[in-house]
Parts: sequence; structure tokens; C-alpha cells
Amino acid sequence: MSALAAAPVLGSAPVLTALAETLTETGRTTTGEAVLFWVIAPVMVVAALGLLFARKAVHAALSVVLVMISLAFLYVAQDAVFLGIVQVVVYTGAVMMLFLFVLMLVGVDASDTLVETIRGQRWIGWLAGVGLGAVLVGVVGGTVYAPATGLAEANADSNPVGVARLVFGEYVFAFEVVGALLVTAALGALVLTHHERLLPRRGQRERADARVKAGATLTPPPAPGVYAQRNAMDVPALDPQGRPLEHSVSRVLRARGQAADAPPVLPAADADEGSRR
Amino acid sequence: MNPSNYLVLSAVLFTIGAMTVLLRRNAVIAFMGVELMLNATNLALVTFSRMNGDLVGQTLAFFVMVVAAAEVVVGLAIIVAIFRTRQSASVDDVNLMKG
Repeated sequence: MSALAAAPVLGSAPVLTALAETLTETGRTTTGEAVLFWVIAPVMVVAALGLLFARKAVHAALSVVLVMISLAFLYVAQDAVFLGIVQVVVYTGAVMMLFLFVLMLVGVDASDTLVETIRGQRWIGWLAGVGLGAVLVGVVGGTVYAPATGLAEANADSNPVGVARLVFGEYVFAFEVVGALLVTAALGALVLTHHERLLPRRGQRERADARVKAGATLTPPPAPGVYAQRNAMDVPALDPQGRPLEHSVSRVLRARGQAADAPPVLPAADADEGSRR
Repeated sequence: MNPSNYLVLSAVLFTIGAMTVLLRRNAVIAFMGVELMLNATNLALVTFSRMNGDLVGQTLAFFVMVVAAAEVVVGLAIIVAIFRTRQSASVDDVNLMKG
């Protein structure tokens, strides 16, 4: 640990020192990190644009997952190891899966309406968005920052320990409040998705009673082909008097006009049918 | 590379998230835009933490993540509740308060 605290020490723990030392003396990143950034940043921007332009909500959700995993990479590259792991667990693992659950619940094909409720809202939105982007990028990119210090000293006892000292030390009250917020949010979600039952539940017994009361057929409908010459699906069954029972053939086949006529049950016809085969 | 490049990336992501909220009509997608904005802010916080050599930025990002998780739970519950009554997930259909 002491070797880590004095960052430029070489030899005693070279691997750990290399991990802790991601900034050069002048406050610039190493070449490896620059390569990582220039590979990941375009992917992130394209995926974020996918959220903006994707027709299907599931595609938008998956591109947001891509953005969040890439963010985890950038956090780890920036010496925020703890946040990198939390990013994967909380955002990609929990939040985005919750989004996908709700997308499945609400209906995957719920697409955008193109009707404008506020006139010109689309153009105003584009204008405001591009303006915001120009202002933000201009200010952030144009500012001259002091040379970056790097976290080698603050992360001397490893990054999670450093963050834990702050969370459970200086910010312990905020931590307690956030805990209360999480409990409240869980309860709120329960209350919001709970709905009172206005009518008594209709189970199997109630539906059976209703069928008997309505005088419907209590037995199962006859299967097609029973007592007929062939037992194919499209041949209606015959009742004891030899008349075809149209409702024994599947409703779909009847609607398509694919139900066959019932063959006569006379023995002569039977022989005739046999010779034709 | 200067670490402030991360800040520019964070600004770009924030803008795309804001435009998603402004332009998309599907409530779930607009909500994902809010998530993207929160993530972009976290990236800026982590970068500032590194530039100043102070872990407070990372602590703040951690709290942002927790609050975002709580917000997602309540927001999605509201979307599901609205979908149950209106059979629609479009933000345009939630206009019962309109006179």
C-alpha cells in the first residue's frame, strides 16, 4: 500500500503502480487510454443516436445498454473502478432490464405517433436540442482547465475504500436519506401498480356455473371424423342418426371453406370408397 | 489526450438525451432519454473527480445512480399505471387535465 501511495515508485509493485498511474506528469492520459477513448466514444455517440432515431423501442433500449456498458469501461479507465462495477450492476443489470420488462408489458409494437399536439413542436425541439448541444460543447470544450491531478493519491487505499470513507464518513446523512428514498420508491411502485378489484374474481367454478345456467352444451363438442368413413380433421362427425355434425369441424376450417362433406354411411358407398382408394 | 475530452463526450451524450426527451413521443423512450442525461452527468462528475484528484465527484456520481434507480422504479410504475387505464404509452394521450 505504501508503494501505491508514493505513485512513482518502481520495482516493488510494478503492476499495481502501473494501474494506479494513468496520468502522466503533465496531466495528460496515456496513449492506451487515448486509444480506448477514441474507439469507445464514437460507438457511444452512435448508440445514443440510435436511442433518438430507432423506430422500435426494443432497439432503442439495447442501444442504451451499449452506451451504459461503454460508460463502465470509461469509468474503469478513469480510476473509478467501484463506479464502473456499480454501473454494470445497477444500470445495465437492473435499470435497463426493468425498462425491457416494461416494454414487453406495454407492448413491443407501441410505436410513436406522428401527430403533433403542439404545432411546430418537432422543429422547436430540434432547434432547442442543437442549440443546447452547441452551447454545452462550446463552453466545456473551450474552457481551459488546470492540469489534471489524477487519483493516484486519493486511491492510495484502493478506490472502493476511498469512496467508502466518504460515503460512510462525510456523506453518511445523505446515505441514510437515500436509503429512505429507496424504501419509499419501492412502496410507491407497489401502490401505483396495485389496483382494487371492483368485481368478485371469476374463477373456473364461476364460469362453469354460468355455462350450466345458460343451458350451453355441457359435454365436450364431438371430435371430427367420429363414425364417419374417414377420421381426418376436415370430415364432420356423424350423429347416431347418420347426419353430419357441422360444429365438430374446426371453426377455422369451416371459415376457410375447407371442411369436407360427410361421406354417406351406406355399406355400398363404403365398398365404393374402398375400391377407389 | 487531455482528460477534458471526456467532458465533451459527456456534453454530447447529455444533448442527445435531452433531444430524445423533447422529440420522442413514446413515454418509455423519453424516459430512457432521462437516463442517458443522468449517465452523461455521471461521466462529467467522474472526470472532474479525476481532474481535481478528489473522490467527492465519484461519491456524488454514486448518489446520482441510487436516486436514478429510485426514479426509474417510480417512473416505470407510473407508465404501467397509465398504460392500464389508457391502453397507450404515448405522452400525447395523457391530457385528462386539459380543459
